[in-house]
Amino acid sequence: MIQYWELLKRELRLALRQGSDSMMVVGFFVLAVILFPFGIGPEPGVLARVAPGLVWVNALLAAMLSLDRLYQGDYEDGSLELLILTPAPLEVLVAAKVTAHWLTTGLPLMAAAPLLAIFLNLSAYDLGVLLLTLAVGTPTLSLIGSVGAALVLGARRGGVLISLLVLPLFIPVLIFAVGAVDAAQHAFPWTGQLAILGAILLGAVPLGLYASAAALRQAAE
Amino acid sequence: MFGLQNPTKFLKFAKLTGPWFALASALLIGSGLWFGLFSSPADYQQGETVRIMYVHVPSAWMGMFAYSVMAVASAIALVWKHPVADHIAKGSAPLGAGFTLICLVTGAMWGKPMWGTWWVWDARLTSMLILFFLYLGYMALAGAFDNAERGAKAAAILAVVGWVNVPIIKFSVDWWNTLHQPASVTKAGMPSVDPSMLLPLLLMGVGFTTFYATLLLWRVRSEILQTRIRNIRLAQIHGEG
Repeated sequence: MIQYWELLKRELRLALRQGSDSMMVVGFFVLAVILFPFGIGPEPGVLARVAPGLVWVNALLAAMLSLDRLYQGDYEDGSLELLILTPAPLEVLVAAKVTAHWLTTGLPLMAAAPLLAIFLNLSAYDLGVLLLTLAVGTPTLSLIGSVGAALVLGARRGGVLISLLVLPLFIPVLIFAVGAVDAAQHAFPWTGQLAILGAILLGAVPLGLYASAAALRQAAE
Repeated sequence: MFGLQNPTKFLKFAKLTGPWFALASALLIGSGLWFGLFSSPADYQQGETVRIMYVHVPSAWMGMFAYSVMAVASAIALVWKHPVADHIAKGSAPLGAGFTLICLVTGAMWGKPMWGTWWVWDARLTSMLILFFLYLGYMALAGAFDNAERGAKAAAILAVVGWVNVPIIKFSVDWWNTLHQPASVTKAGMPSVDPSMLLPLLLMGVGFTTFYATLLLWRVRSEILQTRIRNIRLAQIHGEG
């Protein structure tokens, strides 16, 4: 447990000292969403109708863009091998890495979501549901993304490859998250979709941690 | 499993059984095509286009079957580190991707006259499309490393993770589709298949399976031989140096 906190602290410290990374992800997220009114027209009704999908698709892309820095730096400077050699289970260290990734991408994305809700004419209630889906859904993205990031270590063109690997696996999260906000917009109950998102997250925790650890081990061999 | 994890024994097995699988698939697909194209009635609603089914449905089966083979072989390769299992997983991927692509293309050709459009976001179509991308990701990852063994290992982990995800994706796509679209597009109440159509369908299904087995044995054989050639070359280079 202590290794978890230590590694988490290290990751956060690193992220804070080069704070631009995290800001760039949020910047990409906001800018990409802002492009859509230019593409599909500024009509408030249309924007509110497509807002959940827009926000979520761009959140997926933003989360994916930040994945390559999850293990790449450690892999290149050799600290990954040291992490694997520590007596702590590698799964715990992966959990720390994933938590740090979520705190530096998922959380900022949530913080930026209210701004986008204003741009996209989303009501306060729908924004609340959107924030809930982001809170439950983005950790899953970090977990699944961590598997992809660990698998492409040492591969040619890893950055492009990672999108091909993880985007298909992101689809269930996208479907249920957008489904929940859609249901809220039409005044239907939306807790069911949120519960399934939570179930996907619970399933992704063991799968993501073990698969990432296995991928890291074979990358460091 | 019968000592087949030993590459030499596998080569022997493949040499022995490969021609029989090839013969069986030629006979089965040949007779299936004959029954399907000439000796079965046209559908009372869909007319002659129903014959696309005899290629479309078996290739959909094979697309899913090949993914299962790939995932199981990957799991075996990860746990017991059998080199042949790696080759089977790697050889299965392009075959499965090919079958999935055939399924999608024939589905589009069938959809154009029947539904009036090349593509609808029907749950099954969407699942097959995602399956195709899973195959592409697997093959891209397997080929992205300079060291082939690294690629095989990374791709094996991906295949197992993907396999866990396939039912979830299938379920979520079904759910998504029922939310967004009435089921009327998806031929509500498709009549149960008449025996005269079932026979060619089953013949084609078994024929496609043996065809897949033939190609897979072939691919694994060539993979084993390639590995050997590389090892011999490396040994030669080291001997000279």
